[in-house]
Amino acid sequence: MEKVEFGKVGERMYREQLENGLNVFVFPKPGFQKGYAFFATNYGGMDMRFCLNGEWQDTPAGVAHYLEHKMFDTQEGNALQELAANGASPNAFTSSAITGYYFESTEKFEENLRILLSFVSVPWFTQESVDKEQGIIGQEIGMIEDSPDWKVFMNLMAALYESHPIRVSVAGSVESISHITAETLYACHKAFYDPANMVLCVAGSVEPEEICAIAREILPKQAGPIAEKSYGPAEPPHVAQALIETEMEVSLPLFQVGFKGESAPKGEAVLRQQLLGELALEALLGNSSPLYARLYREGLINQNFSYGYESDPGCAFLCAGGESKDPQRVKEAILEEAGRIVREGISEALWKRLKKGVYGNKVRGLNSFENLCVGQAKAFFAGTDFLRFAELFASVSREEAQELIASWVVPERTALSIVRPTGGGAA
Amino acid sequence: MSQVTRRELSPGVWLRAVHTEKFKSAYLSFTLLTPLNRKTAGLNALIPYVLRRGSVGHPDMESLSAALDELYGGAIEAAVRKKGETQCIGFAASFLDDAYTLDGEKILESAASLMGELLLFPYTENGGFSPAYTEGEKANLIDRIRSQVNDKRSYANQRLTQEMCRYEAFGTDRFGDEESVAAVTPEALWEQYQKLLREAGVEIYYCGSARADRVEAAVRIALAALPESQKRQEPSCEVRVTAGFSPNVVEESMDVTQGKLVLGFRTGGQTCWETEFSALSMCNAIFGGTTLSKLFMNVREKLSLCYYASSVLEPRKGIMLVSSGIEFDQYQTAKTEILMQLEAIRCGEIEDWEMEGARRTLIGAYRAMLDDQSRQEEFWLGQAVAELSEGPEELASRLEKVTLEQVKHSARKLELDTIYFLKGKEG
Repeated sequence: MEKVEFGKVGERMYREQLENGLNVFVFPKPGFQKGYAFFATNYGGMDMRFCLNGEWQDTPAGVAHYLEHKMFDTQEGNALQELAANGASPNAFTSSAITGYYFESTEKFEENLRILLSFVSVPWFTQESVDKEQGIIGQEIGMIEDSPDWKVFMNLMAALYESHPIRVSVAGSVESISHITAETLYACHKAFYDPANMVLCVAGSVEPEEICAIAREILPKQAGPIAEKSYGPAEPPHVAQALIETEMEVSLPLFQVGFKGESAPKGEAVLRQQLLGELALEALLGNSSPLYARLYREGLINQNFSYGYESDPGCAFLCAGGESKDPQRVKEAILEEAGRIVREGISEALWKRLKKGVYGNKVRGLNSFENLCVGQAKAFFAGTDFLRFAELFASVSREEAQELIASWVVPERTALSIVRPTGGGAA
Repeated sequence: MSQVTRRELSPGVWLRAVHTEKFKSAYLSFTLLTPLNRKTAGLNALIPYVLRRGSVGHPDMESLSAALDELYGGAIEAAVRKKGETQCIGFAASFLDDAYTLDGEKILESAASLMGELLLFPYTENGGFSPAYTEGEKANLIDRIRSQVNDKRSYANQRLTQEMCRYEAFGTDRFGDEESVAAVTPEALWEQYQKLLREAGVEIYYCGSARADRVEAAVRIALAALPESQKRQEPSCEVRVTAGFSPNVVEESMDVTQGKLVLGFRTGGQTCWETEFSALSMCNAIFGGTTLSKLFMNVREKLSLCYYASSVLEPRKGIMLVSSGIEFDQYQTAKTEILMQLEAIRCGEIEDWEMEGARRTLIGAYRAMLDDQSRQEEFWLGQAVAELSEGPEELASRLEKVTLEQVKHSARKLELDTIYFLKGKEG
C-alpha cells in the first residue's frame, strides 16, 4: 500500500486501489481500543435519475435510503444482529450524495469487517421483506416531518434551488416510497454498489495490508459498469424563492438563511472552497465576529445559532440559522455586514486569529474516527484527500474570502426559511 | 495506555487527571456539585451561562471569543447536568493538545487560567452580576426550557420523569422551570453564586498529554481565588424502591404525527452502589439497550409497531425508562407487547446470543469510552457524584461474570410506576 504522511496533524494514511476498483484507505491509530470501518457508495438521495447500460431510469424519491434499510437483511437473517452479537455498534446513513455503512468495535474487528463487506455487497430481499419495511420507514418519515429543524432546512433547499435534487428529502415521502419494489432496489444496487463506485475507510490499531486482504477475499473480483447520474438542468445563480414560511409547534421562530454559490470543480478546489467558505462565514458571522456579538447582545440570536458551508455535486451554499424572534432582521444584518466587509475588507488581525481558531478546531476534529473516515470518503468522491486541508490552510487568503462574500452574500442569492409557532404565538 | 490519578486539592475540591497521548486535544472541566432542588435549580443553571458572558479580563463575548481563537479555537462551554439528584454546573472545555500547535506554544496553562477567570472573576457592575448579562441569559435559558418541547422524544421522557418523581428532587429538570428562572434578579443570582463557591463540591477533570503534576500546578494557579471551605456538600440521592399500587397514567396531546409512549419503572433498589447493578445493566441491555434487544428485535423489527423502542437506566436514582415512537392507535398493542418482552426476561426466556450480545455490547462500550474524552469525563463525573472509584475496566470485568439467573432475578424486581403517552390533537 502507498503510505502518505500528514506530519503536521500527526496522521498517516495508507491507500490502495484494488483490482476490482475499490479504493481502500487506512488510518493506523495506535493506543486506541476500538476500530472503525466505513464502507460507502457514491450514491445518495439525490441520485434518482441515472443511466445504466445505455438506459435512463427514473426512481422514486427515497430509494437510496430504502435500500440502505434493506441491505441489512441477509440470507441468514440480519447483519445488524450478527454485528451486535459480536459487540460491534453498527449503523448506516444516507445523505444526499452518499450512502455509508459502518461499525465500531473493540473486539473481533476483522470478523466484523467481513460481515460489513459481505452484507453491503450482497443484496438479499424479497417482495415481502420490502413491503414490510414500508411501515418502519413510514414511521421514520413521520418522525422526520415532525422535526422543525428538518423542515426549516428542507424549505431552505426548496427556496435556494429551482430543480437540483438536493431539494428532495433523502427519505422520500410515504407516497413516493409506496412505489418502491424489490426490483427497484436490485436495480439501484446493481447500478451503484459496485466496488469501483465505493470506498472503504478504516481507522484503528489495525494492519493496513490485512484490510486489503479481507476486502479482496469478500468482494467481487472485477469491476462492473457504474451508472451515469443526472441532476437535471444547470441551476441559475439566483435563488428560486427569497422567502419561505410555515408553521409548526415550536416555541420560538426557527430560521435558516442560505446564500447560494457555485460548486467547485472536482479535485482539490473542492477542499479549498470548503476552507474559504468556512473562513468567510467565521469572518462574516462566526462566534468571534463583530456581527455575532451584536446580534447576540440584541437578543436576535441565541446559543442555538449555528452556521456552515455545505456542498454536494452540483451545489454549494453557505447557511446560518437557529432561533430568533426576528429572522428577517438577522438576514438583513448579515447582508449589511457583508456589504461592510466588501467595502472595508477583513482586518488582518481578525483573519490571522480566525485561521488559528479554525485550524485548531479541524485538528481537534480528527479525534473522531468517524469524522476522519467519512471525511476521507467524501473528499475522495470529490477528487481529493481530506487531510490535505492542513497543507492548504497556509495558502488560503483573506482576499479570496472577501471575494467569496462579495459574490455569494448578496440579496439575489439569499433565501430565508422560517418555521413560525403555530397560530402566530410568541412573537 | 492511560494513567488515571485522583487528588484532593483542598477540602471538597478534587482533581481527576487522565494522562494519555493519543488525542489531538486536551479536555478540561470545572464542575460545582450541589443538591438538585426545585427552588434553586433555575438559579444554579443560570450561573454558568452568565459567567460565560464575560470576566474581568475578557468582559464581553468578542474578547472571550478572540482569546479562544488565540488558543487555537478552544471551546469552553457552560455545562448544566443532572446526575441522580445532584445538579452539576460549570464549564467543559476542549483545547488543541500542545503537540499540534504551529509554533510549539503551551496551551494548558493559558486554558486553565481562562477557565478559572470565568469561574472566579466574573465581569461585574456595582459589585454584582451585570443586569444586561443576567437578563440576556435568563431569556436564553427560558428559550432553552421552552424549546425542549421541539424534540418530542426527549420531551416525552422528561415529562414522564416529572410525573413519576413529582414528590422527589429527581422530578426537577436540570434547568429548573420557566417561572423560577423568570423571577431571578442579579442580586439573588450573585448571592447564590457566592454560596456555591463556598458550599458546592468541586470536581475538576483533565484528560490529555500533560502529566498529573503539571495539571495540578495549572489548576492550583487557576483556582487560587476559590474560597477555602470546610463545609462543601457531599452529594446524596433518594431511592424509592417500589412503585405505587397501580401505575399512574398520564396522557397529553399535541400537534404531532407520531405518538410517544414512555414507561417508567422503579428498579427495586438496584442502583450503582449495589454489586448486583451489573445484572441490571445486562437486563436493560437485553430488554431495550441495544439493536439486539428484545424491544428492538421484536417490537420494532418483527412487529413493525414503532420506529424506535429502547430502554435506559438512571444508575443513581434506580429507575428505568422505556421509550417508543408509535402510531396513536397502537397504544394498547405496543404497551402490551413491551410488557410481554419484559415478562419473557423474568421467565428466563433469554437466548445465548442475546445474553452474550448484550454482554459484548456493554463491555465494548466501556472500552470505547477510553477512546473518547468527553464520554470519559461524563463517566468520571457520574462516579464522583456517586462517590465511587471503579473505572470502566473494572465495571467491564464485573459484566463478564453476570449469569442468566441474576438477570432474571434483576428483571423481577422492576416495577412499573408511571405511563406517559403523547398523542395527536385529533386522536
